[in-house]
Amino acid sequence: MSQGSSDVISSTGIAPADEPASTAELSRGGVPLLSVQDLSIGVRLPGGRTVSIVEGVSFDVDPGQRMGIVGESGSGKSLTLRAVAGLLPKPVEVLSGRVEYGGTDLLTMPAKRRRALMGPEIAMIFQEPMSALNPVMRVGDQIAEGPRRHLGLSAKEAGELAVSMMARTGIPDPVRRARAYPHELSGGLRQRIMIAMAVSCGPRLLLCDEPTTALDVTVQLQVLRLLERLCADTGTSLVFVTHDLAVVNQTCSELAVMYAGNIVESGRVKEVFRQPRHPYTRGLLESAPDFDRPDRELVPIPGFPPNVADRPSGCPFAPRCGYVRDHCRQSMPPLAEVAPGRQAACFESSRLTEVLA
Amino acid sequence: MSDTAMLRVAGLTKTYSLGTSWLSRLTSRASGTLKALDGVDLHLCRGEILALVGESGSGKSTLAKILVGSTAPSGGEVRYRGEAAPARRDKESSRRVQMVFQDPYSSLNPRLTVGAMLAELLLLHRVVPRREVRAESIRLLNLVGMEADVLSAYPSQFSGGQRQRLAIARALAVRPDVLIADEPVSALDVSVQATILELFASLRAELGVSILFIAHNLAVVQHLADRVAVMYLGRIVEVATTAQLFAAPRHPYTRALIDSIPRMTEASVNDEFELDGEPPSPYDVPAGCRFHPRCPLASEICVANDPPLLPVGPAHESACLKAGELALIPLPDTPQEHR
Repeated sequence: MSQGSSDVISSTGIAPADEPASTAELSRGGVPLLSVQDLSIGVRLPGGRTVSIVEGVSFDVDPGQRMGIVGESGSGKSLTLRAVAGLLPKPVEVLSGRVEYGGTDLLTMPAKRRRALMGPEIAMIFQEPMSALNPVMRVGDQIAEGPRRHLGLSAKEAGELAVSMMARTGIPDPVRRARAYPHELSGGLRQRIMIAMAVSCGPRLLLCDEPTTALDVTVQLQVLRLLERLCADTGTSLVFVTHDLAVVNQTCSELAVMYAGNIVESGRVKEVFRQPRHPYTRGLLESAPDFDRPDRELVPIPGFPPNVADRPSGCPFAPRCGYVRDHCRQSMPPLAEVAPGRQAACFESSRLTEVLA
Repeated sequence: MSDTAMLRVAGLTKTYSLGTSWLSRLTSRASGTLKALDGVDLHLCRGEILALVGESGSGKSTLAKILVGSTAPSGGEVRYRGEAAPARRDKESSRRVQMVFQDPYSSLNPRLTVGAMLAELLLLHRVVPRREVRAESIRLLNLVGMEADVLSAYPSQFSGGQRQRLAIARALAVRPDVLIADEPVSALDVSVQATILELFASLRAELGVSILFIAHNLAVVQHLADRVAVMYLGRIVEVATTAQLFAAPRHPYTRALIDSIPRMTEASVNDEFELDGEPPSPYDVPAGCRFHPRCPLASEICVANDPPLLPVGPAHESACLKAGELALIPLPDTPQEHR
């Protein structure tokens, strides 16, 4: 009956067969699938003062592209992702900017229309599946909920779709497992359930917030492979937030590095890792142990990130930076093109030309 | 019998009995016991950094708890410098083995200043006379790269990396011979991890302290440890020097772990040994070799026999019946001189 289920998806117009057409249409017009423009996220304090946590972040994700956002805790990477999904935790809110999906601003859209996009168009995978799943609902029913609501399937059809989705995400014995509750499943299986839930309506944009951080290394590999395969099969775009550079290297094609609420460097993953053009990116690469270069000495980044409520004027990385000069402390360097397809927010970027082996 | 090992465990088991309540008797899972540790043999040499790796549920933390004496083993023995450790630790034997926890946000008392935290330990264990407590506290802080001015501060005033330094200073206060570090860097940011790893290496060099370093990040382990022990479902399945283990693993599970490491180098990405399925639950350890249901090399003998940990080379032990066969499958990017 799984054959029937996939026919159901096709009829809604988001199946693989329809994807190339819409992709071509989008790229012909030069419209990226997701375009985040000058997005600032923060808290409005009583008295009109605002504290911004994310400051003027801009990036585009093209159809089928896999984009990684890396940064340390507090860099604003997860908030940026949540702003796209409309899931900012109160009292954090978008202060300014645009989040365009297929050319339409999500932020000014009526809440009802925006919610209708979540699932069939945009879906999200969280770090901790146990807190993202409903503990008192069978996992099969949780997966079926989206297709029933958004694709208008009957309970029976949606249940069959759920089982076929579980099979696709590599869950053994999906018919029996569909009747399980989240606590009866292992961490890796729960993460697969969440992925099955996220992709059940065939979204074109998948937002992932550290989806493998809580998993064991052998299971992490399985989940990354699964995401890769799902995206390749359906042309789904990925925005993948993580702190693990090696995971980005294996999962994504594009990369944005965030520091203290700003994107400080972006470009193709391979190029950024080969020749970082921002001192922070370079510091991250040099401070993390690399399994393939065990004898390399680790170089920690001195100090720690600034408090967002009390950012230094000028470049936020200046106090920790080995390349710092006087002008870095006076004004904030803009994110500017440093090479074709490469951007860095650093006045001294031209001094960072060394290729890391 | 003279024993060169600082700490040695032999045949260590820890079982938790289940199904004693009427509720669990009603449910189907009342199968009896959970074997958290199922015959662990391991030793830690003086001044050595031994890494313990394995998936969640493999028993790493249970072993750590038994070593520091916070949990009693169900069977087997713990020897400290050749002498059996008492089942109930006295003040002296608990002093010798100290623990550093994963999360420095929950392991420090938020209502004690750094000075009070260190003074309490120094006085309780009579490490130094009362009038020298302050000087000793400052010495400890310097040891972990902090200054005297933090003595009056509370843990909430520090970042994660600094808190982990404080937790290490606290563990060192009683001058232990052994530090057990349970995932001490995995809650920290990447740029800070390196400083804490450096600190562990320098403590070993300066104080000669032995460190059991529990971790799941193999790149970190490779960087820091002298030897590595791999745990799977309550048992050590392979032990070797770090270089040997990563260059020529002799247990298929170790091999699968190595192949699962996310890599920065495209050429080294490899999935020949990608595992199916997930670690089985310790409620229901498979018969025969506990790894056989997931093992690409498993055959009938693996189902019928439970392999013990046996030497497969100098300072290299593996609990695999197919260790010889595995040695013939080269790692993709292993330099040829290894063979």
